[in-house]
Amino acid sequence: MLLGRTANGLYWMNRYIERAENMARLVDAGLRMALTRTQSAAEEWNSVLLSAGSDYAFAQKYQDYTAANVSDFLLRDTSNPSSTMSSIETARNNARMVRTALTRETWESINEAWMALKRMLARPIDERDLPNVLDAIKRETALIRGSFYGTMLRNEIFDFSQLGTYVERADNTARILDVKYYVLLPSLSWVGSTLDNYQWESILRSVSAHRSYRWVYEADYKPTNIADYLILNVRMPRSLTFCYRFLGEHLKFLGDDYGERHACHATAEKIQTTLRRGSIKDIFDHGLHEFLAEFIRDNTRLGDEIAQDYRFF
Amino acid sequence: MPAFDEMLPETSGLRRPYEGYDRWLKEQDPARLTQKMQDAERVFRKTGITFAVYGEQEASERLIPFDIVPRILSGQEWRRLTQGIEQRVQALNAFLDDIYHRQEILRAGRVPKDLVAKNEAFLPEMIGVRPPAGVYTHIIGVDIVRISENEFYVLEDNARTPSGVSYMLENRETMMQLFPELFQKIKVRPVENYPQLLRQSLAAVRPQGTKGAPTIAVLTPGSYNSAYFEHAFLADQMGVQLVEGQDLRVVDGHVAMRTTEGYKQIDVLYRRVDDNFLDPLTFRPDSALGVPGIMDVYRAGNITIANAPGTGIADDKAIYSYMPEIVEFYTGRKAILGNIPTWRCSEPDSLKYVLEHISELVIKEVHGSGGYGMLVGPAATKKECQEFAKKLQAKPSNYIAQPTLALSTCPILTEKGLSPRHVDLRPYVLVSDRIQIVPGGLTRVALKQGSLVVNSSQGGGTKDTWVLDD
Repeated sequence: MLLGRTANGLYWMNRYIERAENMARLVDAGLRMALTRTQSAAEEWNSVLLSAGSDYAFAQKYQDYTAANVSDFLLRDTSNPSSTMSSIETARNNARMVRTALTRETWESINEAWMALKRMLARPIDERDLPNVLDAIKRETALIRGSFYGTMLRNEIFDFSQLGTYVERADNTARILDVKYYVLLPSLSWVGSTLDNYQWESILRSVSAHRSYRWVYEADYKPTNIADYLILNVRMPRSLTFCYRFLGEHLKFLGDDYGERHACHATAEKIQTTLRRGSIKDIFDHGLHEFLAEFIRDNTRLGDEIAQDYRFF
Repeated sequence: MPAFDEMLPETSGLRRPYEGYDRWLKEQDPARLTQKMQDAERVFRKTGITFAVYGEQEASERLIPFDIVPRILSGQEWRRLTQGIEQRVQALNAFLDDIYHRQEILRAGRVPKDLVAKNEAFLPEMIGVRPPAGVYTHIIGVDIVRISENEFYVLEDNARTPSGVSYMLENRETMMQLFPELFQKIKVRPVENYPQLLRQSLAAVRPQGTKGAPTIAVLTPGSYNSAYFEHAFLADQMGVQLVEGQDLRVVDGHVAMRTTEGYKQIDVLYRRVDDNFLDPLTFRPDSALGVPGIMDVYRAGNITIANAPGTGIADDKAIYSYMPEIVEFYTGRKAILGNIPTWRCSEPDSLKYVLEHISELVIKEVHGSGGYGMLVGPAATKKECQEFAKKLQAKPSNYIAQPTLALSTCPILTEKGLSPRHVDLRPYVLVSDRIQIVPGGLTRVALKQGSLVVNSSQGGGTKDTWVLDD
């Protein structure tokens, strides 16, 4: 038996842990672009902010799109509710609320991550330290994930946690693709210039897939392959298909356990079917941007339905 | 008069309960002990054992300092204490049952009628209500101070929602982690079965109509409450749900919690929410922490609320001064554990005495707790005394006064070695069809040299409390 409020806490705790890490990943990719392509750095940082969904809030506060401003805003600014610091804080507050549902190891890893990042992000980050800080964020979230997977019982508590992780991750990957979809379109990428190569690598880097891509596609940077990898590849842990494979699985566990199916089951299945049947050619024919925009909408709806069907409120 | 030190009194040598520990301590390298002290702090911070301090924004989460020198009681000392505590707890429950029913004690004139009738802690809504199994205070923390080898006094009865038991458990856990060898050398009676006893105890007082095993839940005001850690800890250790008011609602005459599969009935609610907030339909209408209609369910006998609403009348500081009479009235015997002499400022003669001796006395608010709003005369400046006297004169019935006692001391480890500090003791008592007391309790210690205030909100710390298995 699980309280609706606890399920809600687990779900958001994991969304925010995922988000805390995604912010670091986005800044990492932006930093790489800014280093290699200094003349269009401001533009790159803007697309990082777009992917993070924080472009508007950033513009309210800053004029210059610099590494220092963007990384400060996305990593440590607590007035930005999606910054790494805000996310880890929200994750911890949720963890505190659902503490009785977590193993001691999981709780302690979240609490320690919060303590470590609070210390590290207390002062503005020196640019020379930025890579270290990004590493530390990824390390802390990896430790949380490790203790979580290593110690949690695979029951409904685990299912609701995973739903949060994968809804957030799918949203993140889809947004990254959508912000840069134009560099993947054939009309622009015919040229295959170095410019595009950088852009493509940046997309892969922001989902930590720049190395694994080469194993799968033998270092051949082709826009359709990149889109295929991030949308349809079943084994790539941040692809949309991968996320929905697990969303489907955990929703099925819940449906079987409780002996009841809800609207969220139907929505997840609909999205899974689209992903399973689709080829990357169909998606490009249909329009990559249109496909992604629809996916983001459906994914958000799934989140709302889960909350409603399982009485989060 | 110097305070009685429980380890090494000035008048005699090392006391027996501390012999084994002293032998071990003498073999220890001081540097290693200092290291262990730091380890302890790290353990506490890592597990998130913190408490919130009201009115301090920056330090919204603080640790209660922990001292690694245990406070040790012999088996014999403990047996004496438990007899006194059991007697007192029986009397408290009998008193509550009486004043919410026939009010014999008021009719007999042993306790003034007005003191009960006009008391904020007395709940008219409870008149004529008989809680399941007839138990009012299921969990009690009796604060005990010691003056000498054989003099123990009750300082306060906490009959509402006593806190701190999680520290008792974590202190022991931490000590066993830090000094496993110590527990092999010295046989200490275990405390770690408390959550299990609590669960059994709560299950035993379930409503009569409960079918099958009762569903138990802990009701917390939420994660911003200062004792939230403890609420979560206890729910976790008992293996029951930790609920908030927003999770609960009355469904078909029962209190039910909103789960991912719909509403599920609760039979026993261990609430850590004050009476006032329990039911917005009966008490404070603005309360978002409680459950609308829970009092109707309670009156219908369909849920056990632990502790029962209205138990505050029994630990009220003005009632406290009548405890010797109360114990005798219901048990027919003199109280084994004495009270500290108390002046009720509502009585003109007492008020006069208190005002004249303000710099020698400890003055407390009748409804206060946590060491807030009290004056320790000998430690206060002249100006503080004068200001307090004004408050006292404005509303005398709001205060009681007690002599400043030389509370016993127990050594703590400081950078300069062992140094005595004043301590008190809060044993935890569980009442169901029987009375159970976990051997030991929470020792609170005033960390500042000479200070008598042991409350954690006022710079107090805690110690592991040992009852020897001898």
